[in-house]
Amino acid sequence: MHDGALLKSNDLRRRSEAGLTLTSNRKICPMTNASSEELEKTIIMDADLIRSSVHRLAQEIVAANPDIHSVALLGVLKRGRPLADRIAREIKEMTGVSVPVGSLSTRLYRDDLRSGRVTGITGTTGTHFDFDVDGRNVVIVDDVLSTGRTVRAALDEIIDYGRPKRIQLACLVDRRLRELPIQADFLGWSVETTPADHVSVRLVETDGEDVVLLERGVEEAQEQ
Amino acid sequence: MAEQGIRLWSRKDLVAIEDLSRSEIEMILDLAPQFVAVSQRESGIKKVPLLQGRLVVNWFFEPSTRTRTSFELAAKRLSADTLTMNVAVSSAKKGETLHDTLYNIEAMHSDIVVIRHSYAGAAKILADRHPSSVINAGDGAHEHPTQALLDAFTMRQHIRRLRQEENAGLDGVRVAIIGDIAHSRVARSNIWCLKKLGASVTVCGPSTLLPVEIEKMGVRVTTKLREALEDVDVVYVLRIQLERQQKCLFPSLREYVRLFRIDEESLKAAPDHAIVMHPGPINRDVELSASVADGPRNVILEQVSNGVAVRMAVMHLLVNKPQG
Repeated sequence: MHDGALLKSNDLRRRSEAGLTLTSNRKICPMTNASSEELEKTIIMDADLIRSSVHRLAQEIVAANPDIHSVALLGVLKRGRPLADRIAREIKEMTGVSVPVGSLSTRLYRDDLRSGRVTGITGTTGTHFDFDVDGRNVVIVDDVLSTGRTVRAALDEIIDYGRPKRIQLACLVDRRLRELPIQADFLGWSVETTPADHVSVRLVETDGEDVVLLERGVEEAQEQ
Repeated sequence: MAEQGIRLWSRKDLVAIEDLSRSEIEMILDLAPQFVAVSQRESGIKKVPLLQGRLVVNWFFEPSTRTRTSFELAAKRLSADTLTMNVAVSSAKKGETLHDTLYNIEAMHSDIVVIRHSYAGAAKILADRHPSSVINAGDGAHEHPTQALLDAFTMRQHIRRLRQEENAGLDGVRVAIIGDIAHSRVARSNIWCLKKLGASVTVCGPSTLLPVEIEKMGVRVTTKLREALEDVDVVYVLRIQLERQQKCLFPSLREYVRLFRIDEESLKAAPDHAIVMHPGPINRDVELSASVADGPRNVILEQVSNGVAVRMAVMHLLVNKPQG
């Protein structure tokens, strides 16, 4: 199963290098101020690619979970939730099984509260799902996988609710900036970024359109 | 991320509702439902790690069961360590000043100090001088801010359910506060809170229990219960503080009961949708009849459950100062 996933992501990387400009062999020149004014914005996923990625994520989840009745999807708020709903629709089409979908707000489990880095903590929507996680194959669905800290928080939160048989991770885009030993089991797209870059996922349900944009940020002179 | 604009929390202490802005009050109320959900978890662990490793000290100079246990539980549900100071056997008896006692507590690295004291202003005095976050759990006849916040949250929940509007606020909601207004920090904090949230407030009680110039807080005043209950959405019944009733502020308890008790009969003056609230503990059949206290219109136990969630929201904001 894992070899298959690996093959696919290698395959993806090849596709990405051939097609859109994704790899970052770009020159960073802190001396020129001009570059800081014009931020480069690239479409890294369009609506078609998002659709086919969601379809493939659903296929992989079905293949990796022969007992599809035990699967439940938990979408990380806010854009993981619509993605989870889409994947559930695809799974329903493929197998006829309606897997339960819930929402996960990791904001009560963040590890970066004290550093003052976190935003979006005071919102009103929270975790909500109406199935028992005990013994289930839970798939966490998120739009962007970056440092892995959100996933770490999600794992802690899910485990506070019970003891799933297995927890897997599905993500639309991997920014490859991991700070924790966490990897996606199912991955839509992968792109090399720096912490200064900005990846924004926009979905019809939340933003009125399907697109993933990469905005190249200007790196500060001293890294860390 | 910032659809409604970024909201910042910068306060270290919660001393009085009078100090808070409407948006600060709303920030607390908006955060509370997530904490209600934590307490309501059917399976798994009913706590979150937001205050893990922090120390919350409960320091109560007046008897209290409900408020003290509510704060203690709120701290525990946030994974904090809690310490309750039993004043009867503490150094206050040996002549130590409040400041000295708090310096000693802080030497043990406390993060939040929850204080109840019979002296109005006690919390403020400590908040101004000490680095710990101070939460006022009632100071004399001054304020009891977390009670007002949990009451406003409960009212808002009721209004949202009633009108089936997910985001309804308290603007234009009519609240009658009945009883001993003069000696009540609960009434004072509630009036501040409700006025800031746009509700209209009527206070009602025997004239000896209505403070002079209370109208200046922007409330309607009446001594006639029927008049107070007309068209209200919320009937808020205060406790008659029998222990503070030495000075004979009304002729007899029987007369108070006859004129001001909320029972099936007097409630007929209020609309059917009106709820009955009480900060507890109830003197059954004094300010509130047993049938109403146990009846379908009371939300008294919801107030208690909400109290834990609202206090969790307050502690989280004061210590973690989240933004966004």
